[in-house]
Amino acid sequence: MSLSDKDKSVVKALWAKIGPRADDIGAEAFGRMLTVYPQTKTYFSHWADLSPGGAQVKKHGKVIMGAVGDAVSKIDDLVGGLAALSELHAFKLRVDPANFKILAHNVIVVIGMLFPGDFTPEVHMSVDKFFQNVALALAERYR
Amino acid sequence: MVVWTDQERAYIQDIFSKLNYEDAGPKALQRTLIVYPWTQRYFASFGNLYNAEAIMSNQKVAAHGVVVLHGLDRAMKNMDDIKNTYTELSVLHSDKLHVDPDNFRLLADCLTIVIASTMGTSFTPDVQAAWQKFLAVVVSALCRQYH
Repeated sequence: MSLSDKDKSVVKALWAKIGPRADDIGAEAFGRMLTVYPQTKTYFSHWADLSPGGAQVKKHGKVIMGAVGDAVSKIDDLVGGLAALSELHAFKLRVDPANFKILAHNVIVVIGMLFPGDFTPEVHMSVDKFFQNVALALAERYR
Repeated sequence: MVVWTDQERAYIQDIFSKLNYEDAGPKALQRTLIVYPWTQRYFASFGNLYNAEAIMSNQKVAAHGVVVLHGLDRAMKNMDDIKNTYTELSVLHSDKLHVDPDNFRLLADCLTIVIASTMGTSFTPDVQAAWQKFLAVVVSALCRQYH
């Protein structure tokens, strides 16, 4: 389900609106994922505090959402643009790609919570497709 | 057997007590049909689903959204035996409606987003966890009679 020109412009327009709160969104979504899907905590067993408000959780949420913003700017070539990140996830982090969908769901829940008026069903659809394509690009180097 | 903590029960009762069935039901179903258009395959008799505007103004979609939420209400009222409460509904979805069970997950996700949008920050991570656990049990019960 590749991104149409309309999807790309919808995602960019939404990002223009929500981008300024990227840090909050990232921290909230990542913290939420660890709570709602406890199996995801297995990747962070080396952290002291996995509670949603914890310092490491907030920091990592910021990192993730920064990467999402970067992906928005590279929306015309996600596979190329996210090649380095894909290498990282494939060879070093070895995150099961099923988790990309889980994180995307939580980002979407948080966007819906914080921007209910902007996150219409049509916008939701384009954003859902965008995350699917980001996940595919991230999984590109796995095998 | 599903084990519910008192906290989980309270969170779920709370969500339902604040829920406007006539608003959330239609919104959740409309969102599912728009975000995941292949789900429209089950609603050929509902008339015009051609685009988002048509779906949002379709009376049959809205009415059916309310029906779905009342079905969930039954699960909430029988939280300790959702499995048996849903036996007939499961047979219906399997043998008569022939719905691919993956669709239940899609609708569940869209309903979660509608509720998150309405509740805002009071939809905390712990509330979300309890709510998604509830929906997972409901989906599992709906899948049970498939053969």
